[in-house]
Amino acid sequence: MSLPDAEKLLADLAAQMRPQVTPDTALVGLHTGGVWLAQRLHALLGLTQPAGSLDVSFYRDDYAQRGLSRDTRSSALPFDVEGRHLILVDDVLHTGRTIRAALNELFDYGRPAKVELAVLIDRGGRQLPVAPTYCATRLDLAEGTRVKLAQDGERLALRLLPEQE
Amino acid sequence: MARNPQLNKNGELQHLLTTEGLPRDVITRILDTAEPFAGVAEREVKKVPLLRGKSVFNLFFENSTRTRTTFEIAAKRLSADVINLNIATSSTNKGETLLDTVDNLAAMQADMFVVRHASSGAPYLIAQHLEATGRDHIHVVNAGDGRHAHPTQGLLDMYTIRHYKRDFTQLSVAIVGDILHSRVARSQIHALTTLGVPDLRAIAPKTLLPHDIERLGCRVYNDMREGLRGVDVVMMLRLQNERMQGSLLPSAQEYFKFFGLTEDKLAVAKPDAIVLHPGPMNRGVEIDSAVADGRQAVILPQVTFGIAVRMAVMAMLAGGNA
Repeated sequence: MSLPDAEKLLADLAAQMRPQVTPDTALVGLHTGGVWLAQRLHALLGLTQPAGSLDVSFYRDDYAQRGLSRDTRSSALPFDVEGRHLILVDDVLHTGRTIRAALNELFDYGRPAKVELAVLIDRGGRQLPVAPTYCATRLDLAEGTRVKLAQDGERLALRLLPEQE
Repeated sequence: MARNPQLNKNGELQHLLTTEGLPRDVITRILDTAEPFAGVAEREVKKVPLLRGKSVFNLFFENSTRTRTTFEIAAKRLSADVINLNIATSSTNKGETLLDTVDNLAAMQADMFVVRHASSGAPYLIAQHLEATGRDHIHVVNAGDGRHAHPTQGLLDMYTIRHYKRDFTQLSVAIVGDILHSRVARSQIHALTTLGVPDLRAIAPKTLLPHDIERLGCRVYNDMREGLRGVDVVMMLRLQNERMQGSLLPSAQEYFKFFGLTEDKLAVAKPDAIVLHPGPMNRGVEIDSAVADGRQAVILPQVTFGIAVRMAVMAMLAGGNA
């Protein structure tokens, strides 16, 4: 199947977000694809606060089954979370479990005024009551197919991956 | 032994008993995992929920306020319930055996034992007993056994060295002091050689060196200035007065004169050499205050890093069991 152009989706997403953000809004990218997206959106939207990043490994609900991920990275929120308008950014929204983990982690940094969610792709298959605030496109994918953002030089591109296990 | 008793059949950490024979990949993974945990302490809520609902028993058959406290903080920052037992003053005095104590605590749904014991091998005995009785969901962390090993101290020292010096394969490292009685030194030596340190030196009076020290991969020096020349890392050890038997040393003053780390002796090391000490320090015995409080000392960062390293070890042990 042919995947949509990630650069075009990124431009659409920025266009949806632009009327809703203020210079003080902060983006929080979820590792790994979401961090790249947050950096690009940060430039496109002209935000003053640096973009943050979250690795939600310490908050995942499958830790008891799978253990800690091998390449857990540090989370970094280089701004005060208290009272701030935050937008979580991720490449693909699927079950909603990553977003649940991200919300829990976020609130350990403080009490934001508002948290929204921006995703490039909503592929359905939700297992939790989570909905995106901003979404560039919906994509129907067969269970067992995984789609992921990749960096291709300066450009972002979508790739299909074989499902793990 | 057929397989490393610390690793499960998938090669993952099952217990942490010693740095000896721990594969380089596992050591590196522990150090890598500790890095994001270090950031947790900087946050508004200094806790993550990984060990929520787990019970960690600190079994201290030998007193240690600092090590017990850092394990307690690490477990609490992982949201575990922590139960401290100072058994030096408890049921063993009433005649209960080590394994009876373990069985009783296991019957209280323990998930992890952090064990300090004056006898070398006590944590192994507990780990073997748990596995022989089919309770391999319970993990054991050695918090210091006799003269044998103190693996989390060795690993936090590796984390500290890597933090300041990055590449182990370029380093000259000197371990100084009472190596004979030191489980810390043994854990450091095994970790440093596994991580590929090409120049490892042991500096001590002959009476405080184990006979097999060269076989462990150390070059021996009996003179501080010779041994410290050009090193990147100086790892001081505590003079263990309580473990001294007979007259291995003339006096603390005499020891300080020859083997105490002073600014003067440190001057022959590299200008950017770092100084580690596992604590508690005997100022004026193995280390001079001017060095302990000086710009090259990384002794307090060691304490902070130690919590992150212990969190990493516990989180790696407790996950992926279901």
